[in-house]
Amino acid sequence: MTIAPPSDQLAVGAPERRRPARRTGRAPGRTPIGYVFVSLYAILALAFGIFPALYAVFLAFTNADGGFAGLGNFVQVVTDFRFWPAVLHVVAYLVIWLLALLIFVVLLALVVHALRVRWASTSLRFIYYLPGALAGASSVLLWLFVLDPIASPVSGLLRLFGFTSFVQVIQPGNLPVVFAIIAFWTGAGGWIVIMYGALNNISTEVMEAARIDGANAVQIALQIQLPLLRKWIAYMGVMSLAAGTQLFVEPQLLSQASNGVVPNDYSLNQLAYLYAFQQNDFNGAAAISLLLLVVALLLSWVFVSRGGLFEKE
Amino acid sequence: MVGIHTAVRSRRRSALIVSALGAATALLALTGCTSAASSANGSYGFPEAKQDNSSTITVWVDADRQAAAKAFEATHPETKIKVVTYDGSANGSNSFRTKMQLFDRAGSGWPDVVFSSQNNDAAWASQKNGGKQAFAAVMNKGLVPKDTLDNFTPGALNPCTIDGQVYCLRNDLAQAVLWYNKSLMDQFGYTVPTTWEDYQALGEKVATEHPGYIVGAAGDPWTPEVYMWASKCEANNITGPTSVTVKTDTTECKRAASMLDTLRTDKTVPLVSVFTPEFVKNYSGKVLMMPGPAWYAGAIFNNPQSLNVPAGQLGVAAPPAWKGDDKPATGNVGGGTWFISSHSKNLKASEQFVEFVTTADQYQVDKAPGYPAYAPAAAKWVAKQQSSNYYATSLDPIVTAASQVWAGWGYGLFSQEAIWAKTMTPAITGGQSIVSLLPTWQQAIENQAKVNGYKVN
Repeated sequence: MTIAPPSDQLAVGAPERRRPARRTGRAPGRTPIGYVFVSLYAILALAFGIFPALYAVFLAFTNADGGFAGLGNFVQVVTDFRFWPAVLHVVAYLVIWLLALLIFVVLLALVVHALRVRWASTSLRFIYYLPGALAGASSVLLWLFVLDPIASPVSGLLRLFGFTSFVQVIQPGNLPVVFAIIAFWTGAGGWIVIMYGALNNISTEVMEAARIDGANAVQIALQIQLPLLRKWIAYMGVMSLAAGTQLFVEPQLLSQASNGVVPNDYSLNQLAYLYAFQQNDFNGAAAISLLLLVVALLLSWVFVSRGGLFEKE
Repeated sequence: MVGIHTAVRSRRRSALIVSALGAATALLALTGCTSAASSANGSYGFPEAKQDNSSTITVWVDADRQAAAKAFEATHPETKIKVVTYDGSANGSNSFRTKMQLFDRAGSGWPDVVFSSQNNDAAWASQKNGGKQAFAAVMNKGLVPKDTLDNFTPGALNPCTIDGQVYCLRNDLAQAVLWYNKSLMDQFGYTVPTTWEDYQALGEKVATEHPGYIVGAAGDPWTPEVYMWASKCEANNITGPTSVTVKTDTTECKRAASMLDTLRTDKTVPLVSVFTPEFVKNYSGKVLMMPGPAWYAGAIFNNPQSLNVPAGQLGVAAPPAWKGDDKPATGNVGGGTWFISSHSKNLKASEQFVEFVTTADQYQVDKAPGYPAYAPAAAKWVAKQQSSNYYATSLDPIVTAASQVWAGWGYGLFSQEAIWAKTMTPAITGGQSIVSLLPTWQQAIENQAKVNGYKVN
């Protein structure tokens, strides 16, 4: 006996289960109480999301006196000698980090999910999640020590790579990897837990059937689990991309801790910060953030369309 | 991430709402920008706010300068002050400027007195900002008595002086001198060099005779301020509020660069910051000499957390000169500054406070960790340090060096330390020589200067 190969029809988890209810009684989404529920979010989104974004649009096209500046601010920031290096830095970081996230998060989630021993699975999930529980800035502070061969608990490993001093570790060429490792360490745990949840939602019948057909763990992972996780992976990609293009905390803290050896204009967000608070040019800062928004939106669209995030069937 | 979500979804929203919101935003932004503080012309060379001599003044200090505020409160109970602690704009945080610019935008909220651990804040504080009057009050047009200003060590107020107007008072000086371990020097049979040529020769000798010992360090962001500045390298000649001359291809720059290259290869001037665990671990008891600012004494030598040199060993000599230079010159690494806000409603109390913390013995001699910029206080401070019997030599060279800081290196809007740290340190660590990097350095300074609105000559 065989079962039809997994396809997008077998979408994962919760949305699938909810849908019949929505079809039979359309009412729940339409009652006035719904507006009350979303109002708090809507107000906060307006105050801290949409309103500042629109203010940024206004700033980006005006000059310091409030007059219309056309594309002047954009031309100024794009021709700034710090702009393109910052773009390259962020791109290098994003490529490494997103790839690491996509590969290792899925892999680790599959491994944890495949574990038969209950206590090992739960404790692993807990350990993965633990770094994510630290606030972003404090976890970067922790890394300041880890990266210094003199103070590091893994100094042997650093020496193995030929690093004998902190300045060698934070050479410009190493920085994208360093930031990607820090970000992975702080952020991956949460995603592993989410992926684990998604894996749990794959129907046991499908898995059982595959096993009866003689599929081994690897085959199940490649043929069944991965395709069914596609939307979740796309979701992780979109969310991480948005966060990743806004790289700020890691280089900013590392810059202060290294007395500026890691430049304070490493990422685009830092450059926007410098424009606003070092050069007192809020218009230039707004132009950079708009550029970032456009790029992040474009890339998100790729993830959304390729990942089928909003496909209903 | 909220931004992404909402932005993606907003495409479905009616364009009308979006444009209405945009208009509202614009309106709000415009009204926010037009509320300017009203001010009448003052008698001290800048527009004053309406004065109220009994009002409480707000004083911003860093953690170390809280002692100054306490000393003031103890001696002036009649003057009400509110002390706010902030980071002192240290380590490139630039918070002083950031916060004042936000107050400028808001049109209110400025503190009356601010301490900054940096010495280049006058560059922006003396200039108008977005239509708002300059933050810093002019000190030398009657606000601070002339006698007080004249008693500062010659050159001490250079970082505060722009176009002949003094915009801040210096808290402490950070002239570079030559620190050395007298016990070790005697033990090895070396004499203290008086020229950089001798210094380099001695460094090369140490490399062969006593490997492991060092004669300096070049891994800190202020490396150019110790070595390049002292060599009269014209990398940072601020010639006006918006003009700078940068010439790193001169003999003066090359001789210092080549000296550092030689000694770095010899491992007697390692590329390591004196504030790293690495430095303390590898070089405790191994520092034979160390060109560096006056505050190195307390910060690294006589500091249990750092080198912890025992009493009776640390000596200090005049900064070495380059052969053929007529006048001795040295560099400078920091030295805090005190500003009075031109928006202050109580200039009298603010002036009283700033004059007290920069000149009074109760703070500058009794409490201050650094070399006072105010000459009479400095003399007493040195006498007090001397009486502690920590030093193996007289401290007179520090006093002499205080007025020998070369004036051809300025205090601009941008940080030379930041440029060196991000451009030079990684490249040198990567194996390139400082001599070969001089053009790169030049380019980096020019770029940074232009971005900050300077005209580069």
